[in-house]
Amino acid sequence: MADNEINKLQKRVMNGSLSRREFMRAAAAMGLAAAAPMLYAKAAEAKPKKGGHYRVGLPAGNTGDNMDTATNSDNFMITMAQGSVRNCVTEVDANGRAIPELAESLEPSADAATWVVKVRKDVVFHSGKTLDADDIIASIEHHRGKDSKSAAKSVAESMGEMKKDGPNTIIFKLKSGNADFPFLLSDYHITIGAADKDGKVDWMAGDGTGPYSIKSFDPGVRAHLIRNPNYFKEGEGNFDEATLLALNDANARMNAMSTGQVDAIARCDLKTAKLLGKKPGVTVLETEGTKHYTYPMDVRAKPFDDNNVRMALKLGIDRQVFIDTVLRGYGALGNDHPIGASQNYHASNLPQRKYDPEKAKWYLKQAGMSSLDVEMSASDAAFAGAVDATQLYAESLKPAGINLTIKRVSDDGYWSNVWMKVPWSASYWSGRPTADWMFTIGWKAGGNWTETFWNNERFEKLLLEGRAELNEAKRSEIYQEMQSICRDDGGAVVPCFVKSVDAASDKLGRPAKLAGNFELDGCRSVARWWFK
Amino acid sequence: MQNTLSVIIIKRLLMGVFILFGVSILITVGVEALAGDVCSAVLGQAASPETVAACQAQLGLNQPVYVRYFNWLINVVQGDFGTSLANKREVSELLSKRMGNTFYLATAAAMFAVPIGIALGVIAALYRNSAVDHVISTSTLTAISSPEFFVGYILMAVFAVSNNWFPAISDVDSATGFWSRLYVSALPVMTLTLVTIAHMMRMTRASIVNLLASPYIEMAKLKGMKPSRIIIKHALPNAWAPIIQVVVLNLGYMVVGCVVIEVVFVYPGLGALTVESVMLRDLPIVQGTAMVFATVYVVLFLAADILSMLANPRLRYRK
Repeated sequence: MADNEINKLQKRVMNGSLSRREFMRAAAAMGLAAAAPMLYAKAAEAKPKKGGHYRVGLPAGNTGDNMDTATNSDNFMITMAQGSVRNCVTEVDANGRAIPELAESLEPSADAATWVVKVRKDVVFHSGKTLDADDIIASIEHHRGKDSKSAAKSVAESMGEMKKDGPNTIIFKLKSGNADFPFLLSDYHITIGAADKDGKVDWMAGDGTGPYSIKSFDPGVRAHLIRNPNYFKEGEGNFDEATLLALNDANARMNAMSTGQVDAIARCDLKTAKLLGKKPGVTVLETEGTKHYTYPMDVRAKPFDDNNVRMALKLGIDRQVFIDTVLRGYGALGNDHPIGASQNYHASNLPQRKYDPEKAKWYLKQAGMSSLDVEMSASDAAFAGAVDATQLYAESLKPAGINLTIKRVSDDGYWSNVWMKVPWSASYWSGRPTADWMFTIGWKAGGNWTETFWNNERFEKLLLEGRAELNEAKRSEIYQEMQSICRDDGGAVVPCFVKSVDAASDKLGRPAKLAGNFELDGCRSVARWWFK
Repeated sequence: MQNTLSVIIIKRLLMGVFILFGVSILITVGVEALAGDVCSAVLGQAASPETVAACQAQLGLNQPVYVRYFNWLINVVQGDFGTSLANKREVSELLSKRMGNTFYLATAAAMFAVPIGIALGVIAALYRNSAVDHVISTSTLTAISSPEFFVGYILMAVFAVSNNWFPAISDVDSATGFWSRLYVSALPVMTLTLVTIAHMMRMTRASIVNLLASPYIEMAKLKGMKPSRIIIKHALPNAWAPIIQVVVLNLGYMVVGCVVIEVVFVYPGLGALTVESVMLRDLPIVQGTAMVFATVYVVLFLAADILSMLANPRLRYRK
């Protein structure tokens, strides 16, 4: 209890809302007078300082990038748009919870189908406009409707009907209850822009409420940002200016980091990350997250329509070898379901599936086969090293009497022409912050991206129950069972979860715990970090 | 001479227009043949059939290829290169910015590579079959035989990572001054220089050595002229034509061939732009860069022929 309280106090010291004197007094009241100076020092050291020019090398910037977040899809633009220039209604914190960002509060009804969102009154856009409910409604509407080309179309549509109730309140009427509604509003596509009189947002103008405004932006090359002096969050937006460099090539990022041309990079080259960590003044950061690799089988197609075959293939992969070689150790074992160990509702009691060719053989026999020939299409577009990984998989399947042939396909158009078009392929998921979201987008029957075309009655029923359940214990139970159904019946082999591996200069200060939802502190290093 | 020259120039320019036209058709066909379009590339794994359809309708991608091509062509003839499909930026603005960077890189590399290449060629010819000649030939040929990215990474390892002399990433923008730009882009310039020197050096050497067997050189020798003077005064003027051709070929290569080097050093030039636009299937930009590259070749070769003619009276006055 006292621990928790002292943490809170330390946090307030860190964001500058508590003085030394007040801290000492409060600590003494908790009976911690002797330890107080040490505890204060620890917090004060971690207190963000203002100033400096932060340079960060980021992957996945390209010449087509723009500030219309509907089509943003990767690190560079998430860092720039959501992480620096704009805000969302909610944000995901380092503990994986959705907390209000532009909202003051989010209150559900008893069935979680109606949500009252109160908008902060003290937020001002870079252009000088004050944020109100209209901006948020217009920004969400942008993703819906017939003409929407937004990657968040389905998410925005699931938010139901929006009704403005005064200048700073929005009432969301969902089609059905969703206890995870606050998470939907943290989607990086759904950033909040300033609406004009017609309820339209000029996305390309790049206006926002975030800790930095855009000084110059050369898509695919660099973005130069300067601090927003009116930013509403304490302790964030600490650098005077920031340069985001698009370094798409992993070698270029590693070299820029090791020669000190940048202060931090996202997504290290795993082969050389350990060497980079040995350089003085550089720290390699590992964070566990939601990203995972999958081998989705089309459960409608032979032979994958037989669960015995699916089980045999799940037992026939040596997950540890996969992690040690393909991920160079930067990963965690997958258990054939999409919820990672660092996430809420992860089923830690579920036995870890291990490599067992004998048992795989047994399952094959149950399916009435003595041996099996299967083909998988793979390309490195699915994930880095996918082709090599699949070759490893083929080797480990041999003792089980399964003969896997690999069809190497082109990287170009992999997602449109191969994935979900052939019976078995390699794939990846960046993951979603909640179990419900992940299950809905990737595993629910009939979904656009349900890559296995799986349909399990019990799973579908539990999905709906869990979504509207506000009771934590019951919810947890539901999600545990769903994970076990995925594991033992689902169509995807999930060999591993992938850690994000980033690097940062020791001159930088950062929060004690980094967010795991994206690389480099949830793509928010520009907002949350500082120079010591 | 004036007449023949202007006729040649007009003829060649007309041919150049046809070449550009042909290139634009090839590019359209090529990009169309690639799987996917800009919508599926931008939306990636997150593309759903409806969002892709909406995106295609907004960009007019649901029209047949030839309709889009002719629209593009009509606009280009009027000087409008269109806008990027992915983010609506003006292609001409994008090109001019990147073109400046690429031409800077090519010019800087040429400033080193051309004099060094020719000088090394003259030296190698002067001391042909000696140790000096062998050293020059072996080292330049080694550089040209290694792939550019390899040369680039080696230079990066030596001059940026092991010794922090030059930046590993060539982060230039329009605000970078001339000299700091030279410092920042030192490694790509060095790489380009290394991979182009050998060609020019070999051609200079070969054309001079060829001439050294001619009677008038023999005459000069018998007069008792110094070998270096013979080469510079008598051999070189007659060797210019082939040397100019090779130099120009390499200048063209410096503009067009920098694709890999730009990617390795993250240099924001036309090459990097081409690579990314092809990946995004952003046809207007790909067309734009291809037009620039093709024009560079057309103009350079025209210049090479004119210069060769000026350097060689026999080509000037045809009988």
